Amino acid sequence: MSSRVVLVTGVSRYLGGRLAALLAAESGIERVIGVDVVPPRQDVGRTEFVRADIRNPIIAKVIASAKVDTVVHMSVIATPFGAGGRTAMKEINVIGTMQLLAACQKAPSLRKLIVKSTTAVYGASSRDPALFTEGMEPRSQFRSGYGKDSTEVEGYVRGLGRRRPDVDVTLLRFANFIGPRIDTPLTRYFSLPLVPRMFGFDPRVQFIHEDDGIEVLRRSVVEERRGTFNVAGAGVLLLSQAIRRAGRTSVQIPSPAVSAVGSVFRRAGLVDFSPEQMQFLQFGRGVDTTRLRTDFGYPPAFTTAGAFDDFVACRNLTKYVDPVRLEHLERRLLATAERRRSATIGGVHA
Amino acid sequence: MPEARVIPIDGRESVPPRRSRRSARCTANASDGKRCREAVVADGLCDEHLAERLEAEAAAVAPEWERRLAGGLAFLRRRITGDYPVDDFGFDPELTESVFLASVRPLYEKYFRVEARGLDNIPAEGGALVVANHSGTVPLDAVMTQIAIHDHHPAHRHLRMLGADLVFRSPLIAPIARKTGGTLACNEDAERLLSSGELAGVWPEGFKGIGKPFSERYKLQRFGRGGFVSAAIRSGVPIVPCSIVGAEEIYPIIGNVKILARLFGFPYVPVTPTFPLLGPLGLLPLPSKWIIEFGEPIATNELDPAAADDPMLVFNLTDQVREVIQQSLYKLLLARRSVFF
Repeated sequence: MSSRVVLVTGVSRYLGGRLAALLAAESGIERVIGVDVVPPRQDVGRTEFVRADIRNPIIAKVIASAKVDTVVHMSVIATPFGAGGRTAMKEINVIGTMQLLAACQKAPSLRKLIVKSTTAVYGASSRDPALFTEGMEPRSQFRSGYGKDSTEVEGYVRGLGRRRPDVDVTLLRFANFIGPRIDTPLTRYFSLPLVPRMFGFDPRVQFIHEDDGIEVLRRSVVEERRGTFNVAGAGVLLLSQAIRRAGRTSVQIPSPAVSAVGSVFRRAGLVDFSPEQMQFLQFGRGVDTTRLRTDFGYPPAFTTAGAFDDFVACRNLTKYVDPVRLEHLERRLLATAERRRSATIGGVHA
Repeated sequence: MPEARVIPIDGRESVPPRRSRRSARCTANASDGKRCREAVVADGLCDEHLAERLEAEAAAVAPEWERRLAGGLAFLRRRITGDYPVDDFGFDPELTESVFLASVRPLYEKYFRVEARGLDNIPAEGGALVVANHSGTVPLDAVMTQIAIHDHHPAHRHLRMLGADLVFRSPLIAPIARKTGGTLACNEDAERLLSSGELAGVWPEGFKGIGKPFSERYKLQRFGRGGFVSAAIRSGVPIVPCSIVGAEEIYPIIGNVKILARLFGFPYVPVTPTFPLLGPLGLLPLPSKWIIEFGEPIATNELDPAAADDPMLVFNLTDQVREVIQQSLYKLLLARRSVFF
């Protein structure tokens, strides 16, 4: 069954706004309702904006009165940075989701629920398998943070799926977003002139290009895609490799100093390093995307490396180590060697 | 009918070009096998043949180092700009071959003088699981097995090692392990490697084997929980038993400082005849002579993948593999003349 009335939460954020604009351009969809606490800054087309906090029961009235049949929940936030602290972040993520799902459960018109989750629910530890499939559990315990919030959100979503079997639930676990325009802790991290990393560790990282991520969300709305899917570009990059591809140099910080350096960066407002982020930068994470490519039927256009290169190219990051100049230097060295050789041979036979 | 004779207009065909008597003739042979009749320019060769020889020299002699220089520079550039492939496990074949294996190879060839036997028991392609005994305090036996297979197996396969989670928790060691083809010893990773046609290696004794006292040398410890057997059955790949002789003697453990081990969370803190007595010198392994023997593969493809969930079958197969390795260890030890030669 295709969607007629779609409600998008977190519409004022980058991905939410882009999805709303894309859905608004879709002819089969009658109405797109965007919900957020602040008005969207980017163009969202014919999307109707409703200023509401999903923690407030008013959201139930919006869903009921507009006869919403599809809810796209995208307002689980990753950092306490913009939210005003960890407590507020948890409030928005967990209590907000509970309110939203409570409203969804009571809405007879609802047919489809799409939730943007994260691969952070798998955690990051030394006991992790190389690639997590959708059925695997995290090997490490979360104390707090995005991963824990997302795990709780997923728990509530599964609960709704049990209580409302008539609702198709799509749970999308995205790897770290990257791309020309999106702003995340990781894009800020890679933009630092000197990139700090954990001494003695070189984690594997996976990226999903923002365009691919939006396309996966769009397809889940306009097509039938029930289930849980890992969403990531093919392949992995090592953190050191990614830093080199960005033309940057890294500095390795020994683990006793890591939290101190992290808090300096946090206070300077450069990059938010949560303890969870630190674990990710220590052990890394990889997810298996077979289900996305076969069952969901969308192989992301960008590989992990391709998405990262696109990010580097479009951001105009100053490459402190410039591959073009390096190649030039290499050619010059070889040319010199060749000249010297021909000179010697010429000298012998002259 | 006789062929028409072509007579060039300038008449050179009938009248050979006259040359000054003083000028010497080229010593090279022309393409038709006859002696070249052109005048010498240098080195007893004419213009044309001199150029030919220089070209041949240029292709054969000088470019050898130049090719290496070009290769080395390209390698450096790729490393600096991050332009190299790694697989999903973090395996970096270029780094492994050019840096890691190259730097450990002298240890294999000159120091331990490893003799690899029965390499034809490892299939040239497709998944297979090498199961070996573990010893030597420091897991050098895993690295040596990796070199044995990469250098001396006709297909030059990479052994993908399955390691304990301590490896992936330790700074410096963790990234090296992943980049050289290691991954966590868990069923998910083992099955993923084996079913994608990789050659995986496992040392099921784990720390019990590698950290056992010298008095128990060559006595196989318990083989874990047999997880490796169920992984092989599920992926339908053969198990290749591997016996390593010589690794037990590199760092003979005569004591274990349990307090320190508990304090730092290590599985053991070894005391050897030279460590910590001689300080850093004690870190030098003894130069024992090694033999790595690969035994006949044990097929699992006739078993139903569901058999992996039959604990009795898995235990029996685990015991069988263990017994095969133990027997071949005894045989190798009997035939060994000395520890060091």
